[in-house]
Amino acid sequence: MTIELIVGAIEAILMILIGLHLAVFLLYFERKGSALIQDRVGANRASFTGLGKRLGLPNLGIINTLIADPIKLFTKEDFVPEGADHFLHGLAPFVALFPVLITFVVIPFGDTITLGGRTFGLQAANLNAAALYLLATIGIGVYGVALGGWASNNRWALLGGIRATAQMISYEIAMGLAIIAIIMTYGSLDLQEMVRMQGGVWFGWLPRWGIFVQPLAFILLLTAGIAESKRVPFDLPEGESELILGYMLEYSGGKQAAFMLTDLAEQALVAMLLVTFFFGGWQVPWLYRDGFHLPGGAIVAIAPLLVSIAGIVAFLVKVVMVCLFMGLIRWTLPRFRYDQLMKLGWKILVPLGLANILITAFIVVVSGGAH
Amino acid sequence: MPIALFWFLAAVSVISALGVVLQRNPIHCLLALIVTLLAIAVMFIGEDAVVVGFLQAIVYGGAIMVLFLFVIWLLNLGVEVGPSGHLALKLFGTIAVAAMTAELMAFVLPPHLQVKFAGHAAGYGSIDSLSQTLFSEYLVAFEVTSVLLLVAVVGAVALARRSSAAEIEQHAADTARKAQRVS
Amino acid sequence: MVTLPYLMALSAAIFAIGVLGFLTRRNILVMFMSVELMLNAVNLAFIALGSRLGTMDGQVIVFFVMTVAAAEAAVGLAIIISIFRGRETVHADDLTMLRW
Repeated sequence: MTIELIVGAIEAILMILIGLHLAVFLLYFERKGSALIQDRVGANRASFTGLGKRLGLPNLGIINTLIADPIKLFTKEDFVPEGADHFLHGLAPFVALFPVLITFVVIPFGDTITLGGRTFGLQAANLNAAALYLLATIGIGVYGVALGGWASNNRWALLGGIRATAQMISYEIAMGLAIIAIIMTYGSLDLQEMVRMQGGVWFGWLPRWGIFVQPLAFILLLTAGIAESKRVPFDLPEGESELILGYMLEYSGGKQAAFMLTDLAEQALVAMLLVTFFFGGWQVPWLYRDGFHLPGGAIVAIAPLLVSIAGIVAFLVKVVMVCLFMGLIRWTLPRFRYDQLMKLGWKILVPLGLANILITAFIVVVSGGAH
Repeated sequence: MPIALFWFLAAVSVISALGVVLQRNPIHCLLALIVTLLAIAVMFIGEDAVVVGFLQAIVYGGAIMVLFLFVIWLLNLGVEVGPSGHLALKLFGTIAVAAMTAELMAFVLPPHLQVKFAGHAAGYGSIDSLSQTLFSEYLVAFEVTSVLLLVAVVGAVALARRSSAAEIEQHAADTARKAQRVS
Repeated sequence: MVTLPYLMALSAAIFAIGVLGFLTRRNILVMFMSVELMLNAVNLAFIALGSRLGTMDGQVIVFFVMTVAAAEAAVGLAIIISIFRGRETVHADDLTMLRW
């Protein structure tokens, strides 16, 4: 009993750390990766005694984005604007960050691993109703932004906060509808079950990933997820040309770092959800518990420990690829106007989601059972 | 549910319920109410009502409270200044509530209310059993509730909007006059 | 082992705090929040009893109570907004037009 508790705690901490590290990677990608996409140099000023330049290495911007920027953010003076509510002003960034971090623990990142004769499941919290837990934490995530905008005693921040809240609750509905269709397809609310059902192949070679079963739900969840994490093209709440920094306006130093981290961590979370629901989670194509069963009929036997580790690596690779895809969307599309955003959320995504549920229900009933 | 968890959740919910009732700033009341709702949702999950517990967090904590928040913003409510209400009403109210609480506790606490509890069947509180009961015994109530929600949405929109162009113009003129007076 | 009297006592306590808030506070929104507290206390009582008796009826009734509370919150807040538009106040003592 205690060893399972300890292992669960270690897995939970591991997942949260993976989430935070992905967020930091996305931050790096936002500086240097965007420079690559936009054909410019990016951040290259900070260097450690010019060592890299003397050795002729290209400036990867690591010291700039990953060392200098965080030091700057955490050592800035932290002030609360005059007339603002001190308690709410301090509370808001952490109320924003908390729901995102606790959602990382229900995502399965591997099948099972057998160490020292005991078998552990590679999911920090094995909830039966994990999909509902996702919707609950995404719903709670609205409050951090709302309180941040209100507690700043600044009408531009309040406007950004109101826009952010309205956007988040509108796209929560689209997200919920997409998740309902996925739940109907797999017949279970448990995320580990859903990933397990995505093993196996069709026609002998096509892996049974969710995206082939529910392509419309993939597009819905992708759009709604990017909108929930307030990334471009949905980043009107932080509209840089209109509201300066929107609801984060009166925050500096560590609190602004917490808000930025929430944004990026939520993008990483949406990427993990997409991988879990649509890209097979930790399933490597054609890899079963005892080894590879290749389409030609060849069977390559692999040790069980390597199989588990291959699952974990596959999960991370897939998540990073989806994150990069979302970054590509970010640096390609311009920002939506507010009425376009609301029209997309309510008039296009919600009817599409409902139609998707109807079609899925029909197919599930006709084919007599889930999947 | 382990007893330590129950005492923790009970303490959290009672303290934040008192916070709802005693705070001066409406947003602090709202935050305290959200904490109470989440504590009660966790208690539901502890009693094996898993789906209903998460639904409580989603519907109450994620939607209804956001509605309250928007209304507080719209009405631009600040901290309440000065004493409000009559002292006599507060005194009588407190005495009446104390009497009611004593009566409720006298009914609830004695052991004659003990029910033989033998543990739950597997799948109690899961979405399967909830939907089985919901769509068989309570089907009519379910359909009527969906009509009720539609009526509520239409009613809320009809009540809260400004009904005619004249009223919109009037509101714009009022706001302009107020701005002129302030400047 | 959490027995039924504990849960019912907690439900009664939260209900009493809700009634206290409704009677003592004069801000309409805080009165509304006290009503939500009362509804939640009753939800807790339903779940506790349903769980101890082993039936799903308690949970289904809570499902309906939650839905009706959502509808009531929407309509009630719309009414509050309408009142505020006319009278510019949310203090319950200022709304005396129907008093004889």
